[in-house]
Amino acid sequence: MMKEAAIRKPLILGHKTYHDITNDVVGPIEGKAPRQWKIALGIAAIIALYGIGCIMYLVGTGIGAWGLNKTVGWSWDITNFVWWVGIGHAGTLISAVLLLFRQRWRMAINRSAEAMTIFAVIMAAIFPVFHMGRVWMAYWTLPLPNQFGSLWPNFNSALMWDVFAISTYFSVSLVFWYIGLIPDFATIRDRMVSPRAKKVYGILSFGWSGRAKHWTRFEEVSLVLAGIATPLVFSVHSIVSMDFATSVIPGWHATIFPPYFVSGAVFSGFAMVLTLLLIMRKTMRLENYIHMAHIEYMNIVIIVTGSIVGVAYLTELFISWYSGVEYESYAFINRFSGPYSWSYWMMMTCNVISPQLFWFKKIRTNLVATFILSIVVNIGMWFERFVIIVTSIHRDYTPGAWGEFHPSMIDIGMFIGTIGIFFTLFLLFARYFPVLALNELKTILKVSGESYKNDQHKH
Amino acid sequence: MANNKVFHVMYDDDHTLLEAAKQLVSQGVHVKDVFSPFPVHGLDPIIGVKRTRLAITSFMYATTGTLLAIFGTWYFMIHDWPMNIGGKPSFSWIENAPAFVPVMFEFSVFCGAHGMAITYLLRNGTLPGMPASNPDPRTTDDKFVMEIVTEDNHGFSVSELEEKIRGTQVYELSIKDC
Repeated sequence: MMKEAAIRKPLILGHKTYHDITNDVVGPIEGKAPRQWKIALGIAAIIALYGIGCIMYLVGTGIGAWGLNKTVGWSWDITNFVWWVGIGHAGTLISAVLLLFRQRWRMAINRSAEAMTIFAVIMAAIFPVFHMGRVWMAYWTLPLPNQFGSLWPNFNSALMWDVFAISTYFSVSLVFWYIGLIPDFATIRDRMVSPRAKKVYGILSFGWSGRAKHWTRFEEVSLVLAGIATPLVFSVHSIVSMDFATSVIPGWHATIFPPYFVSGAVFSGFAMVLTLLLIMRKTMRLENYIHMAHIEYMNIVIIVTGSIVGVAYLTELFISWYSGVEYESYAFINRFSGPYSWSYWMMMTCNVISPQLFWFKKIRTNLVATFILSIVVNIGMWFERFVIIVTSIHRDYTPGAWGEFHPSMIDIGMFIGTIGIFFTLFLLFARYFPVLALNELKTILKVSGESYKNDQHKH
Repeated sequence: MANNKVFHVMYDDDHTLLEAAKQLVSQGVHVKDVFSPFPVHGLDPIIGVKRTRLAITSFMYATTGTLLAIFGTWYFMIHDWPMNIGGKPSFSWIENAPAFVPVMFEFSVFCGAHGMAITYLLRNGTLPGMPASNPDPRTTDDKFVMEIVTEDNHGFSVSELEEKIRGTQVYELSIKDC
């Protein structure tokens, strides 16, 4: 049997049995919906409906309803897109990369992080899809035979790569998540008393019975999916960064973009995971499963990726001067001293300075500080994308073409609306789905459970 | 045979299950299947579950994806409707290939992941709406059930088999006709 070093903190606190784990996770699904949940869902749903209203107005009126103009042709829409995709990076990173590195602490957070990933990628997709204007022609991005010749999409274009990257990322993440969910749905199915719930979870669980052969296949599939999802995680945000980097706009045309975007994505993704989990563990009483050790590990990931992002900012700045290209250096001087310098300094403070506070053990093991800083990081990462996109294009080559961007009500409404849709989906997930990976947690109970660990070291 | 029996032997711990499986198999008993709430590591070699070949299928699906993507990019961009895009080579696939790498990679992953997942579900027979076949609902919670059938164990009579099973740390035992 596997043993774990005594120095490692136990991952499951308290004196749990296998049955306790099932009770703790499935219990909230069986009980009545708590009042706070209903209130939260109500608020999220109202915001979501407002967002859907704004989207409908946008489709009916045209993209002119956004604040875009001839100079600033990409702004909040693409900022929101990159922000959401970035948030969507933590889930698969946690479940795939940490699985390959055999990090057992991922098991308490992977399920909800993956759910967050899937919902965030859906939110991300809204923006480029509606940016097409005639959204009902979105299928034109696929190479389908047509009556124009056949005319095919351009596979030389980074935007086309993105269509493939995001859709592959979304569908593979969904499959990975669902394959892990099947055995847990079976656990819920076998516990449910009401025939309707039993039927629904019966369908969702695909008739899973937990046979030895099935478990062998399950583990193999999880491992292989993790193996191929790992390069996928890195490729997706690299390709998102190529939407910018393959253009010849000063401020965008940089080889540093792929690694810089990937670490930024992990940074913001972990911040969002922390924001959500700190609330979830409290309201669903999961403190024994998601405890200080997990939070500290995530905060360490935030320091690392935040520092990589900080180094990338400074490298960009240095190279813009060192390149000797005057347009390039102007783009960066304009970034930190031009009309949008407030957003640049906002980004610098939120992403580079404030995460460094996590070097102090007192701060990274403090729940309130972690919660506040995780939100600060999310704000900072939104501004990072805004800075990259808007400040690079708002001063065109000729001063006559200079412009500025002012968000319209529809811009703001759609952004706030996606936050509403995201939280609506996440709240529904937290209510009806097993929020912890039951079957995986049970495999580590005897290795990393507090009571078992203490027993082992007595012998 | 009319008096074929199926033994459902329940254990309440994965460790006892492993010990029992070892003991029974060493006595020549054939264990048909085990139902457990989570993967019990080390069980497969004891009860003779072979390693799965799903990873190989994934590789084959992914290779198919790569080939399809190569064919597609060649057909769309070079053969059927070559376009001059910023002077990029539209007359030769190999010269234009660096621009197709992202799509080739993504499509390989797409085919590898989905092909394997679909094969996995089909081979398991776990599909939407399929009935569950675990003998006891507790096996998805905290109990472990070993399924032994007399049909696989012609060397022993029913009572001999029962005696051997009782020799392990059984939590519950049910014997049914099958």
